[in-house]
Amino acid sequence: MNNQEYQGVFVFAEQVDGNIAGVTYELLGKGSELAATLNTEVTAVVLGSGIEGRANSLAQYGADRVIVADDPVLATYMTEPYVKVLTDIIRQNKPEIVLYGATAIGRDLAPRVSARVHTGLTADCTKLEIQEETGNLMMTRPAFGGNIMATILCPDHRPQMATVRPGVMMRMDPKAGAACKQEVYEPVNLAASKNVDILEIVKKVRKKMDIMDAKVLVAGGRGMGCKENFKLIEALAEALGGAVAASRAVVDAGWQEKEVQVGQTGKTVRPNLYLACGISGAIQHLAGMEESDLIIAINKDESAPIFEVADYGIVGDCCKVIPSLIQMLKELK
Amino acid sequence: MKIIVCIKQVPDTTEVKLNPETGTLIREGVSSIINPDDKAGLEAALRLKDACGASVTALSMGPLQADVALREALAMGADDAVLISDRAFGGADTWATSSTIASAIRKIGGYDLIITGRQAIDGDTAQVGPQIAEHLGLPNVSYAEALEIEGDTVIVKRQFEDRYHMIQVKMPCLITALAELNEPRYMTPGGIADAYRNKEITMLTRADLDVEDQNIGLKGSPTRVFKSFTKAVKGKGTVVNLEGSEAAAWLVERMKEKFIL
Repeated sequence: MNNQEYQGVFVFAEQVDGNIAGVTYELLGKGSELAATLNTEVTAVVLGSGIEGRANSLAQYGADRVIVADDPVLATYMTEPYVKVLTDIIRQNKPEIVLYGATAIGRDLAPRVSARVHTGLTADCTKLEIQEETGNLMMTRPAFGGNIMATILCPDHRPQMATVRPGVMMRMDPKAGAACKQEVYEPVNLAASKNVDILEIVKKVRKKMDIMDAKVLVAGGRGMGCKENFKLIEALAEALGGAVAASRAVVDAGWQEKEVQVGQTGKTVRPNLYLACGISGAIQHLAGMEESDLIIAINKDESAPIFEVADYGIVGDCCKVIPSLIQMLKELK
Repeated sequence: MKIIVCIKQVPDTTEVKLNPETGTLIREGVSSIINPDDKAGLEAALRLKDACGASVTALSMGPLQADVALREALAMGADDAVLISDRAFGGADTWATSSTIASAIRKIGGYDLIITGRQAIDGDTAQVGPQIAEHLGLPNVSYAEALEIEGDTVIVKRQFEDRYHMIQVKMPCLITALAELNEPRYMTPGGIADAYRNKEITMLTRADLDVEDQNIGLKGSPTRVFKSFTKAVKGKGTVVNLEGSEAAAWLVERMKEKFIL
């Protein structure tokens, strides 16, 4: 394979119900950095139906070019039509790098594309950089449940492909009024590639703010003792104007919904403040929150690993500290 | 109906600890288990066996010790078990692994449904299932929270972040299972005795598989591990022993310093 034939950074711009997924903007931010190093362009590829007009928001977050594939079959994600269109676009354009969100869509789409175009794929990357000597993409990811990190290369196949979890990369400040080149990809006879039927789509009602968008997160763990005590977490979150998050143990115990779970099998968050209450800090939990700007931990057990990543720690009883803290915060207002 | 379930033997990563002195993994004493998503996939297959008399083949790729995981699958109720094992397959990334497993599945043949776990807890990639489907040219549905058979189709409750899709797919096809799918059964004493005394595990080696050398093992892997390392430990912060209002006052001061308040 002649690697030199492959040029440019592509970002799969995931959309659901016509709305571009947040991780897309994060990938464009990182994609722009990589493209600058490689002296090339970033292209966003968006598949959907009736999605024209999305190009500008993609340009504002760093896309130099947008390729749009607009077809009724692409309205809702289905594996095969998406794989077919994206594979065609990759074969025609020969990008050197393709980035995807490590989402329920990206983690289904990217593996099949990699198998079809015969190239490597590195999952859930937390760091992407260009190797100076070779220009290859260095893809760093956690392995063994976050216990070790591995840097992966794809030296002899192109494109080099990676998925990145939402919340890991930083989006750039939007450039107001930015515009970019737009190209249209016309799928041919796409209906023939449809090999499943979607019988029903059921959306979960989201009662609360997405924890990935919260500036302040108050997270509770099993150390809170019981579901009843978790009301303290809710009250503290309210007093701080933040949202409630939880460890896996709490979600498994049914005290909180899965949508607020932080960690390897939950969400990756980086709020301004992460206040961990009664969370011991298993490596799988730390993997989802250690990039937070400020980490405060309250835990009875002074040997809890959460104190290894906390900027400030209180060795004490959450059920005594939190009510005092809420009281004091109320007095401040 | 014939179901092939792919299972991986993995170290229980929740037990893996780091040696703080050397920063290396302490693997001694860490037990090996059937990967949780795969075990849910196996349970789903066994329930279909109970309900409609499907035959269930457990398939694993790995070192000879993976025999233990396959015996467990047999003891849970799988009808037969196949182990793909050869040094030639070593060092494989997800591309080469899926290509190897796909060729084994082709050799076994006669299947209606292939079930894999969504992802393994040691690698967390979620890639091998969809890649096997691609190599076999089968439709796949990932992230199954529930599944049922209807005629020659499978109806899958397919999980997304904020919704689920009910997807109908014609067999043969490949489904990737989530651990949430079910609560796997335990092995029975009779099942264990049977698995070790009366059942054979079929071995497939390099010579048994019709797959090109350039599509297996390290040589067939597009990706390479350049280096692995433990994460740089962030400098430890300030930890104090305080209770109640003293703790609260101290925290409020710190949050003021950091402009949170």
